[in-house]
Amino acid sequence: MTRKQRRLALIGSGLAVLGVAAALVLYALKDSIVFFNSPTDVVEKHVAPGARIRLGGLVKPGTLVRGDNLLVRFEVTDGNNSIAVSYTGIPPDLLREGQGVVTEGTLDAAGHFKADSVLAKHDENYMPKEVADALKKQGHWKTEGGYGLAGDSRGAKK
Amino acid sequence: MIPELGHYALVLALALALIQAIVPLWGAQVNDATLMRVAPSTALAQFAFAAISFGALTAAYVGSDFSVLTVFENSHSAMPLLYKFTSVWGNHEGSMLLWVLILSVFGALVALFGTNLPDRLRANVLAVQAWIASAFYLFILITSNPFLRIARAPAEGQDLNPILQDIGLAVHPPLLYLGYVGFSIAFSFAIAALIDGKIDAAWARWVRPWVLTAWMFLTLGIAMGSYWAYYTLGWGGWWFWDPVENASLMPWIAGTALLHSAVVMEKRNALKVWTILLAILTFSLSLLGTFLVRSGVLTSVHSFANDPARGVFILAILVFFIGGALALFAWRAPSLKQGGLFAPISREGALVFNNLFLTAACATVFVGTLYPLALEALTGEKISVGAPYFNLTFGPLFVPLLVAIPFGPLLAWKRGDLLAAAQRLIAAAALGLLALATVFALQRGGPVLAPFGVGLAAYIMIGALIDPIERTGLFRAPFATVWARARGMPRSAWGTALAHFAAGMVLLGVIAETQWNAEAIVSLKAGETVAVRGYALRLDGLVPRQGPNYRELVAHFTVREGGEFVDVLTPSKRTFPQRSMTTTEAALLSRGASQLYLSLGDVGDDGAVTVRLYHKPLVLMIWLGAIVMVLGGALSLSDRRLRVGAPKPARPKPTLQPAE
Repeated sequence: MTRKQRRLALIGSGLAVLGVAAALVLYALKDSIVFFNSPTDVVEKHVAPGARIRLGGLVKPGTLVRGDNLLVRFEVTDGNNSIAVSYTGIPPDLLREGQGVVTEGTLDAAGHFKADSVLAKHDENYMPKEVADALKKQGHWKTEGGYGLAGDSRGAKK
Repeated sequence: MIPELGHYALVLALALALIQAIVPLWGAQVNDATLMRVAPSTALAQFAFAAISFGALTAAYVGSDFSVLTVFENSHSAMPLLYKFTSVWGNHEGSMLLWVLILSVFGALVALFGTNLPDRLRANVLAVQAWIASAFYLFILITSNPFLRIARAPAEGQDLNPILQDIGLAVHPPLLYLGYVGFSIAFSFAIAALIDGKIDAAWARWVRPWVLTAWMFLTLGIAMGSYWAYYTLGWGGWWFWDPVENASLMPWIAGTALLHSAVVMEKRNALKVWTILLAILTFSLSLLGTFLVRSGVLTSVHSFANDPARGVFILAILVFFIGGALALFAWRAPSLKQGGLFAPISREGALVFNNLFLTAACATVFVGTLYPLALEALTGEKISVGAPYFNLTFGPLFVPLLVAIPFGPLLAWKRGDLLAAAQRLIAAAALGLLALATVFALQRGGPVLAPFGVGLAAYIMIGALIDPIERTGLFRAPFATVWARARGMPRSAWGTALAHFAAGMVLLGVIAETQWNAEAIVSLKAGETVAVRGYALRLDGLVPRQGPNYRELVAHFTVREGGEFVDVLTPSKRTFPQRSMTTTEAALLSRGASQLYLSLGDVGDDGAVTVRLYHKPLVLMIWLGAIVMVLGGALSLSDRRLRVGAPKPARPKPTLQPAE
């Protein structure tokens, strides 16, 4: 092979591998990305039952109930709307009423959210960034920092 | 007084860095040896002042001087001494100071060990190093000064974030930074070569030990971080595809590619332009990692820094260095001379294959990590890209790479024989297939991926050993001969074999843990038992305890296997009153390379405690593999031909200069 042919072969195989990588990325992005929604988004956008989404907001005070067999129920609210969530398993250490939470799972036909993972990862204000942004959008953001001191924790069920 | 001294030392370090950034560069342009020789002395002095500055901050932490803002925010007088020390870098300001300290350490090392570098190259390298250092000194002094005082000093600090009070985290950031920042040397060498317009095999020989060192630290740092997440976050995951983890994985993949392409350049003088580009990209990804973690654009476990001003500043640094380096590359690279020729089937070809797949895998991680950020910035839509994406993209790209691993060292330089290499690998392939069949037969209807994964891992591990086995004549020659040959084999060849073997170990651990993980999540009262895979754990009772800066509730479990007493496990829940936070301390029991993992959930009103119990088969292989990989790197680094700096002949002839 001449130098030119070799270089072409090299560039060709490089492009082929990148092509495969790009195809994989596009395919994976189509199937495995999950959209974040606030309760208001869920109501307004009419999220289809069965579609996998992330639901985030505050745990509505007075709604956190621990049932039998590791069942946990609570409502996620952004001030305007709330959605009932159920989760089976051990929730993260920092799942508390009035504080931010992000859950991942699907809505059933009755509008209940069945979460298979609960994340309570926080920034300095005990508030996941997505939740903070969603609350700001809904006009329920408290700037006086009534959410406690810094810290973060994380937990989810695979 | 001491914090002011530290602040002042930092300003002086900046001044020295500015001199080091300009004078040697000018000297190299006008070919003035005196100006060029400014570089090593300023590099050493800069290191001294950065060390004084870091020492001053450490003194403030260890002495619990709460009049310093960062100490007040991140320390507590009752904290154990070790954590007082490690909380120096357990926050944004301190960790940036650690960053520049390590940068100055590497600069000083180049100054000390680079005495055999050509004057111009050394001057340019150190000047580029100083540009990076100046940018980060400015960043610290302007946006994140760790020495700020509070007018009226509080009596007690706010404590370090409890999940960071852990020995794993104590060593994780320094290791990671040694890796990130170590790649700056490769970057500086690349820029210096572009400025000079001259690059040859000797360049690769000088750069490779630095790349190898940085890569070893990064490997250790990532493994350490992964193990830390595994046992502190309480649910037994060891890799989350969290953006912050990806931020460290990307430079690692690029660095691995660079390590391999530098071999081609050193041995065959080929792939020069590509190696330069990779050196630039690797450090760029390190900078990107710093940006992602430090700017607070991400939400993640590590989100302790959130300040838009810092984000913009780091972004500016990022744009300046990456943009500048790539522009210089576009301008100067075409003038670099072509290297040696090679056939597609050859050692060079195998290393190109390695580079292609590694960079493609790196690109998919890059897209998965940054796509959500880009989408949110452009449309406001918030998405999360999780493990399924990475498994779908990263997995298929890594499999061909893993299959190819044993082939590389068996192919000859310039023109190789694929068939002959395949024949030599028949034993490995056969044993791999045997492992596949055995697992398939044993698990009967278990996960489909497991037998293939185990088979591939066995093939890689044995395939990696084929080269040393053949070279030493193991199983054929008498033991004394084998021993002599083994000692005579270059250490870099041993290093290669060991590191490739370790890749198989990691794969085995990953496959076993993900495919055969067994878990039980139950609610237990004292006297009740939970079982998983033949292990029965009885909850004997819950005992409250008082720690230095926390209260904890310790559960005592007796572990029995088939009725036989094995051990007592004591997982606990800690409450840190200073931050009103709770952490979960998992209890681990290692049995061979497998582990039992036990963590506590909440205690209910009826006194029952929820418990998570996992059996994780061969999980320790993941981290043991990383350690063996680093040992391979260390062996390679200790090779006489690869010592830091240029090699000297075994018996130097006094009258002759060492030939290059």
